[in-house]
Amino acid sequence: MSTDSTPEPMRKAPRWAIWLPLALFFAFVVLVSVQLRNPADTNVASTLIGKPMPAFDLPPALPGRPGLSSAAITDGKPHLVNIFASWCVPCGVEAPQLAALARSGVPIEGISVRDRTEDLQVFLKTNGDPYQSIGADDDGKVQLALGSSGVPETYVIDGKGVIRYQHIGEIREDQVPMILGKLQEAAQ
Amino acid sequence: MRALLAVCLAMLGLWAVAPALAQEEQSTAPYAYRQLDDPAKEQKAEALMETLRCLQCQGQSIADSDAPIAGSMRSLVRERIAAGDDPEAIRAWLVERYGDYVSYAPRVTALTWPLFAVPLALLALAALLLRGRFRRGGQA
Amino acid sequence: MIAELGLAALWLAAALAGLQLVAGALALSARGASLGGIVRPVAVVQGLLALIAFLSLVYLFAVTDLSVKLVAMNSHSLKPLIFRVAGTWGNHEGSMLLWVTIMGLAGGLVALIERRLPEPTMLATLAGQAFVSLGFYAFLLIASNPFERLWPVPQEGNGLNPLLQDLGLAFHPPTLYLGYVGLSIAFSFAVGALVTREVGPAFAKAMRPWVLGAWIFLTIGITAGSYWAYYELGWGGWWFWDPVENASLMPWLAATALLHSCSVLAARNALRAWTVMLGVVAFSMSMIGTFLVRSGILTSVHAFAVDPERGTFILALLAINIGGALTLFGLRARTVTEGERFAVTSREGALVFNNVMLSAILGIVLFGTLYPLLAESMGAKVSVGPPYFTPMSALFAVPMLVVLAVGPLLRWRRDKFSRIGKMMVIPAMLVVAGVLLTVMLGGVPLMPTIGLALALGLVWASVLPLEGRNLLRTPLPVWGMVTAHLGIAVALLGMSCESAFSVEKLVAIRVGETTEVGPWQIKLDAVEPVAGPNWTALEARLLMRYGDDGRVVELGPQSRSFWAPPQQTSESALLTRWNGQLYTVLGGEADAKDGRSRWQLRLWWKPFVTLIWLGGLMIALGGALALVGRVASDLRRIIARDKIEYRRERQGRAGRYS
Repeated sequence: MSTDSTPEPMRKAPRWAIWLPLALFFAFVVLVSVQLRNPADTNVASTLIGKPMPAFDLPPALPGRPGLSSAAITDGKPHLVNIFASWCVPCGVEAPQLAALARSGVPIEGISVRDRTEDLQVFLKTNGDPYQSIGADDDGKVQLALGSSGVPETYVIDGKGVIRYQHIGEIREDQVPMILGKLQEAAQ
Repeated sequence: MRALLAVCLAMLGLWAVAPALAQEEQSTAPYAYRQLDDPAKEQKAEALMETLRCLQCQGQSIADSDAPIAGSMRSLVRERIAAGDDPEAIRAWLVERYGDYVSYAPRVTALTWPLFAVPLALLALAALLLRGRFRRGGQA
Repeated sequence: MIAELGLAALWLAAALAGLQLVAGALALSARGASLGGIVRPVAVVQGLLALIAFLSLVYLFAVTDLSVKLVAMNSHSLKPLIFRVAGTWGNHEGSMLLWVTIMGLAGGLVALIERRLPEPTMLATLAGQAFVSLGFYAFLLIASNPFERLWPVPQEGNGLNPLLQDLGLAFHPPTLYLGYVGLSIAFSFAVGALVTREVGPAFAKAMRPWVLGAWIFLTIGITAGSYWAYYELGWGGWWFWDPVENASLMPWLAATALLHSCSVLAARNALRAWTVMLGVVAFSMSMIGTFLVRSGILTSVHAFAVDPERGTFILALLAINIGGALTLFGLRARTVTEGERFAVTSREGALVFNNVMLSAILGIVLFGTLYPLLAESMGAKVSVGPPYFTPMSALFAVPMLVVLAVGPLLRWRRDKFSRIGKMMVIPAMLVVAGVLLTVMLGGVPLMPTIGLALALGLVWASVLPLEGRNLLRTPLPVWGMVTAHLGIAVALLGMSCESAFSVEKLVAIRVGETTEVGPWQIKLDAVEPVAGPNWTALEARLLMRYGDDGRVVELGPQSRSFWAPPQQTSESALLTRWNGQLYTVLGGEADAKDGRSRWQLRLWWKPFVTLIWLGGLMIALGGALALVGRVASDLRRIIARDKIEYRRERQGRAGRYS
């Protein structure tokens, strides 16, 4: 009656199945050792590079100074748009570089993110003011529209209003020529 | 010090550092910490926020983060939902700017299809290996 | 002096592990058989030496010997003793030393008591254990010596971070290590069984207590970690599918599958190759998890200053141990047959289903966790988060839970659903009632609806195996199974209720004003500064009343500022009732345009949320009951065997004299 008595050949797993775990494990080791060698870039870059800058119109951040609109900087010349805030420490670090760029005739526009007028005034007094105009982005919407994920960030916008380059983090001293180069590229 | 904190928290098996890192500024976006008056719309916004990744803290959704940019993103989501936008349109708007990284819900694309194929592959594999393993019911 | 003693003990332990490996391996051949006798004692001494090394380090931390680099970097003489001691394993080197110590002691224990398996299998097992330990010893001695001296000796230590002085933080990692190490023993048993081709019920029975023990600690670790994240992060979330959380979940999933396949192997001598495979996989998941967390490869910005060298070393260990074991599996598995066969409708069938589903969930969690890495290597960034993990794992968890309801009622080998159909009537009705209830309430999303209905049915179904039994004579492992399954149902109920019925309220109110969240009325009575040992805080005094005529209760969520290192944290305040938890957080000060400032409050009413962790603890308790039951019956058998031997010996002697 019982099927147990009928001698049935015991089934074995197919050969490929037996080596499958090792193959998968090998793939894992290769993957992570590659990634261990080249640590991932943790910055989140904007995917708008090469695309037209989204339209915006920000009110002035300081009384008596102009605000910033996308239309105003689409004037045929490349501009630097610097996203900054008084509460951001690296923004103070890059101030001398921005000043140098401004001295060499680069038009720099500021977008001050989630800031207060008084704090901003103190910040500009301490660090210098390289900006032609500063727009107040109080709720951070323009920052989001530009695909910026932190401060400071600096965009190179060409004369037609196309985003040509995004610099994440502060501009170091040795990066100034590179920024100038990007601006030149954008001018062509 | 930070390294030590990270190591300890990492050993704890948990992710917790984000809100602790100094943020002197509070988000000034109007709906960062304010709910929509319409509960149905708030629920919709909440559901979307839970699936968007904070860009600064990176390991949390914007619904669980004190980072200022997360506040801005929450405000953006709530305002747009209030204006009648579709949640998926808002997600698409953000993905257009930040890439797939910003969304915790992977779309089926040329890059992400394996994520959705793997469950099926696992089932197929199980079926293949178990085929014929059982004693047939008729023999009982 | 103590540091040198510890280091010497560590070197000796490493040398003994080498001896244990060589002797164990040689003893498997005919010529080296005479070496077999030393393997067990060596394993015991190795464990004791590791313990001496570890205790030396504990002592150094307890007295804050600043001439030891590790102590100077991670401790401070002003810390309370308990945190100085806990600081021993609160760093990379110390935690690795704790790891090898537990591993050595566990290996010693196996060597001391395990006599069921054929001696060659035991020798191979102990050699395998020594091999794994040897890797960790090498890691410690070469790349992360915990006893390194520092010159000049600093005036004071570097580790007075108040945020780390938390009891949960102090005892959570060792809990997980106990789990990981338990799985390393299972791994060694699997290797030993593969080497000697002895895969059978005895192997499963020898391995099972270790898997159970590991599983209990993993369960407790995950449960505690989840609760810690819940109250610490201040947003009311309890599980985020974060890579680090996933790293602790994966070994648990593998161990759960292993536990169930073990019982098939022990009871029915089936699923042989599969169980061995799971034994290897479970420990692999522990090591992969450790690697992912320690190497910082996944945790992006906040895993700062993780040593890539360390990651490389763990990866090398991983590749040697796991790669080696899987190669051995590939070579030997074809000689290990699947064993006894069974019908689809049988206890084994249900357990196989459980294993397939758990493995699928494990596969999804592993793949989803690693996928961002894979995408990164192809030059793209993607995020895989809760919207992927939750539905994908539910896809497999739901059928698994349905089978959980019937599986324990099925007979081994062959059964019919018609036999147990009647018992399923009430659970099925509960499921239907659950669905109707949520539909009537309205607005509950699909996932919590399924979860809630299933949980209600499972609560009933999980205790059915006790029906018709004499409860006093029911073996402990059965009680354990019922408790653990009931725990699953309870946790699922908590998760579903939390997700379906939580009420969130974000408000900015002035002192004296009142707000409502769910059934609660909450008055912001005052916001006052308070000071702690190394922080200042603003504390909100909230007066709360449940319903219209409840008692007034007070809660004090804080917004804390630490100064060394400068950090802002929100200390949530929780109020637990039998039917849920009120979660309050004090946010910042909102604009003060009219002179009277308003305060941001984040409030949640989370019905039955505590069931999540209660369920987790019940699962662990179930494991503990089963473990006690198994160990007790093993002990009884050992005692009985000894008695028989004693009697035989006496009879033999008596015979000689008569």
